[in-house]
Amino acid sequence: MTAPVTAKSIGAISCHVCGLLVSSRLTTTHNARCPRCDARLHSRKVNSLSRTWALLIAAGILYVPANVYPVLTLISFGRSTTNTIMGGVIELAHSGQMVIAIIVFVASVFVPIFKIAALLFLVVSVQLRLKVQRRKRAVLYRFTEFIGRWSMIDIFMISILIGLVKLQALATVTAGPGAIAFAAVVIITMFAAMTFDPRLIWDDEGDDYDG
Amino acid sequence: MEIDKDFTYTESLIACPECDLIHSVPSIREGEQGRCVRCGALLFVRHKNSLDRSLAFALTGLMFFILANIFPLLTFEMEGQSESNRLIDGAIAFWNAGYWELGIVVFISSVVAPLAVLLVLITLLLPMQFGRSPFSPQFQIRLLTHLKPWAMSEIFILGIIVAFVKLQDFADVSVGLSLFAFVLMVAATVMAYLTLDEDALWSRLKEIRA
Repeated sequence: MTAPVTAKSIGAISCHVCGLLVSSRLTTTHNARCPRCDARLHSRKVNSLSRTWALLIAAGILYVPANVYPVLTLISFGRSTTNTIMGGVIELAHSGQMVIAIIVFVASVFVPIFKIAALLFLVVSVQLRLKVQRRKRAVLYRFTEFIGRWSMIDIFMISILIGLVKLQALATVTAGPGAIAFAAVVIITMFAAMTFDPRLIWDDEGDDYDG
Repeated sequence: MEIDKDFTYTESLIACPECDLIHSVPSIREGEQGRCVRCGALLFVRHKNSLDRSLAFALTGLMFFILANIFPLLTFEMEGQSESNRLIDGAIAFWNAGYWELGIVVFISSVVAPLAVLLVLITLLLPMQFGRSPFSPQFQIRLLTHLKPWAMSEIFILGIIVAFVKLQDFADVSVGLSLFAFVLMVAATVMAYLTLDEDALWSRLKEIRA
């Protein structure tokens, strides 16, 4: 078996936007652009690992206020209930809405923590030059990138409730500060997934063959 | 694999967008797709009448988007008082409550990005339908790539469902006409994306410019 032939190994760059294969000779100047779609050309995403690290640390810090502070307060007939993200899930489960409770639990509780953990694992595995299970890690990355946006369900739900339930004394819903931290976690982890370059998982595969 | 490395750029080879492995571009038939042999990422798809279908779905989506903004999404009733909301009201409510950051996020992800995606598809594909080159196609295609993750209409629908379930517990909620339009808009947008074959887009652009 011979070393895998990659764009990098033949001195070419694949445009990250349109996929055109361009010779690196064209890109000796700084800020070289794709001849087809005019996007900036990079062989690998710029500073992928350090950017992903920075975003993951930021997301990890914000994860705490996102879960500790309330995201929602309902005032109805003088009685007020305040919910955190997890509190909202529990309330749904108590009112017998198990399917919805599970959807919200997965989207709001499981996905954000899974995403941070998965990206951390991917970054560390690349830095340790882990040679095993590359394909499984590639699938993990694809899955992580795909599920990230779905955590926004809670933010949209809150936006609808506060826009709709404003009958003063009868019933009013207000948002809590946890919502800002939560939305920040979702958006920052989306950026973290975008800045991680899955090509790095494979980049040292050729070293095994060259000797 | 023997490959000719002497090119400035080539369309007969492509690198996997996720692992960089070189593949020669095969001739696959309509309805077929090709995946990377190493990491399994999707490399190519061919659709029948890709550009025509994508344009048709985008125009349909735009029509439903307009309808989705005219009528209420949900109506909430309690003790004889009632309140309805439109698509844009969620963003406005956050803004008015002092959570302007969330107002902007919700406005972009539920209104601006979904609309922009449809408009870009139309301004890109409609002129091409008449054999003309669209205005700055490169910019529009890049814009489309970057907008895609931020258009979250399908997630907004789940948000509506969760809000509906939560309200049902203590009040009467009913579904407005716009909700149906919104769901159809999302379906049309998804179809417009799924049928769009970017290679077909680039080769058609080349034909038009030649």
